[in-house]
Amino acid sequence: MYPEIFYSNTFTLLAEAEVGKHFYWNIAGGLVHGQVILVIWFVFTILIVFSLLGTANASRIPHGWQNFMEATVDFVTDIAKNQLGESFYKEWIPFIGTLFLFIFGCNWAGAVIPWKLIELPEGELAAPTNDLNTTVALALLTSLAYFYAGLSKKGIGYFKRYIQPIPLLLPINILEDFTKPLSLSFRLFGNVLADEITVSVLTSLVPLVIPLPIMVLGIFAGSVQALIFSTLAAAYIAEALE
Amino acid sequence: MDSITSAASVIAAGLSIGLAAIGPGIGQGNAAGQAVEGIARQPEVENKIRGVLLLSLAFMEALTIYGLVVALALLFANPFA
Repeated sequence: MYPEIFYSNTFTLLAEAEVGKHFYWNIAGGLVHGQVILVIWFVFTILIVFSLLGTANASRIPHGWQNFMEATVDFVTDIAKNQLGESFYKEWIPFIGTLFLFIFGCNWAGAVIPWKLIELPEGELAAPTNDLNTTVALALLTSLAYFYAGLSKKGIGYFKRYIQPIPLLLPINILEDFTKPLSLSFRLFGNVLADEITVSVLTSLVPLVIPLPIMVLGIFAGSVQALIFSTLAAAYIAEALE
Repeated sequence: MDSITSAASVIAAGLSIGLAAIGPGIGQGNAAGQAVEGIARQPEVENKIRGVLLLSLAFMEALTIYGLVVALALLFANPFA
């Protein structure tokens, strides 16, 4: 599908676009996208190491890593607090915070680390969020979370909101439950993949300097998308709770 | 893929991203303009306005991204190929 220049020489080596090619692993009869799993575990490791560094020798007056991690936790707490309000935010900090940090880590892992230096037999290492499976999984988790939030707070009365304000809106309210994860997942997937494709197209045209601003934009967009995903997840949960 | 299908897919991909860019373009222009107006009127809340602006710009951008996803599906995962 690509023009010939995409497969060409060493200039494009660092940013060759390979859409729809995967490094398949066969685990227990199921096909798994190995390149995604590898980078996801890399992100997990980074996050775990960061939090261990932050909590090792925790002192009352934070400094160094502890300071940094406390600022991070404050940031994700603010996301939850702004959407969920004072009374509910505490129990949802872990979920919202994990979503934010994981997506942020994934996007930055794809944008910052030159994965192209590591050769795979097929496919390429990149941001795990440029695979639709990852984003759909995150979006479905969000759906489950807000259903759980609503059902655990209101019991079966949660379903009353489907016929509010008038029963005529029932189909639209049901449809909303499907469009929420759909738009969440496509937004994240599209943004991350769009950025990678833009960078690789530009790199194949002009290998030097010109793609740099776009890469910086990619780093910025990655963090904004993580913020948006977690904000929206918190907003959906808040909507189910109110 | 036969040539008619691929030609139609490429045209449709171009149209889907192009048309999807119109609305968000207008919307983002409006939002940015209003934000500048707000900052000009009250420079002390610039940081707050910037945060809200970036968040809402990203929401609008998502609409174009949906068009992009359709374009990508047509180009790389065409169901009619």
